[in-house]
Amino acid sequence: MRNNLNYLDSPKVALGGLSKFDYAKPVETRYFSFGEPPAELTLQSGEKLGPVTLAYETYGRLNSQKSNAVLICHALSGDAHAAGHHAGERKAGWWDNMIGPGRAFDTNHYFVICSNVIGGCKGSTGPASLDPATGKPYGLSFPAITIRDMVEAQRRLIDFFGIKKLLCVAGGSMGGMQTLQWTVSYPERVRSAIPIATTARHSPMQIAFNEVIRQSIIADPAWRDGRYYEEGQPDRGLAIARMIGHITFMSETSMEEKFSRNRTRDSQGIPFAPEFEVGGYLHYRGNQFVKRFDANSYLYITRALDYFDLSGDRLLAAPRTRDIRFLVISFSSDWLYPSSQSHDIVRQLKRGQADVTYCELNSTYGHDAFLLETEGETTLIGNFLKNSYERI
Amino acid sequence: MNEYELVTDVPPDYRIIGGMIHSASRVLDLGCGEGGLLAFLNRSRSIRGQGIELNEKAVHECVKKGLSVCHGDIESGLLEYPDRSFDYVILNQSLQEVRRADALLTDALRVGRQVIVGFPNFAWIGSRCRLFFQGRSPVTAVLPHRWYDSPNVRFFSINDFRDFCIRKRIGILAAYYLRKQRTITCLPNLLAELALFLLSADNTNS
Repeated sequence: MRNNLNYLDSPKVALGGLSKFDYAKPVETRYFSFGEPPAELTLQSGEKLGPVTLAYETYGRLNSQKSNAVLICHALSGDAHAAGHHAGERKAGWWDNMIGPGRAFDTNHYFVICSNVIGGCKGSTGPASLDPATGKPYGLSFPAITIRDMVEAQRRLIDFFGIKKLLCVAGGSMGGMQTLQWTVSYPERVRSAIPIATTARHSPMQIAFNEVIRQSIIADPAWRDGRYYEEGQPDRGLAIARMIGHITFMSETSMEEKFSRNRTRDSQGIPFAPEFEVGGYLHYRGNQFVKRFDANSYLYITRALDYFDLSGDRLLAAPRTRDIRFLVISFSSDWLYPSSQSHDIVRQLKRGQADVTYCELNSTYGHDAFLLETEGETTLIGNFLKNSYERI
Repeated sequence: MNEYELVTDVPPDYRIIGGMIHSASRVLDLGCGEGGLLAFLNRSRSIRGQGIELNEKAVHECVKKGLSVCHGDIESGLLEYPDRSFDYVILNQSLQEVRRADALLTDALRVGRQVIVGFPNFAWIGSRCRLFFQGRSPVTAVLPHRWYDSPNVRFFSINDFRDFCIRKRIGILAAYYLRKQRTITCLPNLLAELALFLLSADNTNS
């Protein structure tokens, strides 16, 4: 089969039309369950988990050959709602500027799937879910999960759709790790992979940040060893955890541009209330975050990140991985997942003589760039995907 | 004659390189720019190509052409490749922009079975005239930059390059010399603007 697509000859034109587009129908989250005992999901730790539910959304249509499926993997605090609008909601999905008709992941041509990771708290089974054995939330009795386990669960969802081979797996940050893990766990089921702003190995610096992030949750007395579901979650600890995260998502330049040393208006007599806008921003993001994210999920998922290590040629352990086309993207100002880590990925792929394209996009946004630098990403991803599809 | 050789808008150096390369071979183009050569070799020779390019916008152009390209510096981009991982490594109009040209050529000859080097001949008569009669650095069609904005950091002639190959025991399998659209056979170091060498680490062939 040879698919002819000419829609990306002029990406600028395609981009220009974006704002006019309106989703005719609201998107909705669906749920897929598997792993009813005794057929539970066996985790990397050897523990079994089941039944497992995955929240997922899809955009576009799966073609009759089931050859146009793209799996989008989300980052640490993301969810299945990657694009479009839920009924009655104004806020679009987290990568809406990249997924849709005429966009990089063009839903006129591709069938896009995004699911919430296991261990998450946006509809997929995680520590806040009810343990069927006790009828209460798992809390810390939820087994340790890894990036490989997340991919294992996604694979069941792909099986459920009857998709033998994904056209592409793509994602930024933790989504990029899942993307790399897919190419190792199931190389025969991936045609192309787009790991963005990510690493093959969580570094000591990244682990250090996550350690402080976890300890800020644990140090909140409201955490109660993870058994807080009746009393309410450790808001302070989780908010501080997220504040730390947001510092690492920005860059010195982006903070200077966004806040400089601007002062907040009024401290209202609260001692040590934030006096600078940058502090106010972090408080705001922290306080918003606790409304939508489970503290235990944050602990479990940050630990999954820390466990991640595909260094030392583990990326190409399976010979079939060499058949996959890779597009690796990093951002010049990202110091959380710096370009040097993408270089390490590229180096491994070069050593294995895999088909790899790499681009460092110039940006001042820091790690957040993977959500914001959509013009460069659209050109690269749109053309790469189009070419991968034409090669089928 | 292949059909692509009839296409007149193909630059002569592309055609010569196309003639050097076997079909379906693995090709690494160092400093591939917007990917014109790789795309041409894809069409005409069905190669499996890979490029390395420093300029971000040029990388985007390569991706648009469906090429595989790594954004980065060619002086550090070869280390990871295993020995003989390409049939050909191409340095077309990029060697003169490289500071450690000798180290890069050595590495290119390790990574590729054969290496193709295309470069502007600094001793072309036009350059000599400008230097001799005007007393000014050459600015020519193939050396279009002025001294202050030139990406070139190495200026060498065909004779310089031949000397270098002999000293480094690099085998010269073939050499082509160009002046505008035409190939030159007589006095190339004086009359050719561009040179293309096909090299091999094994100097017994020379």
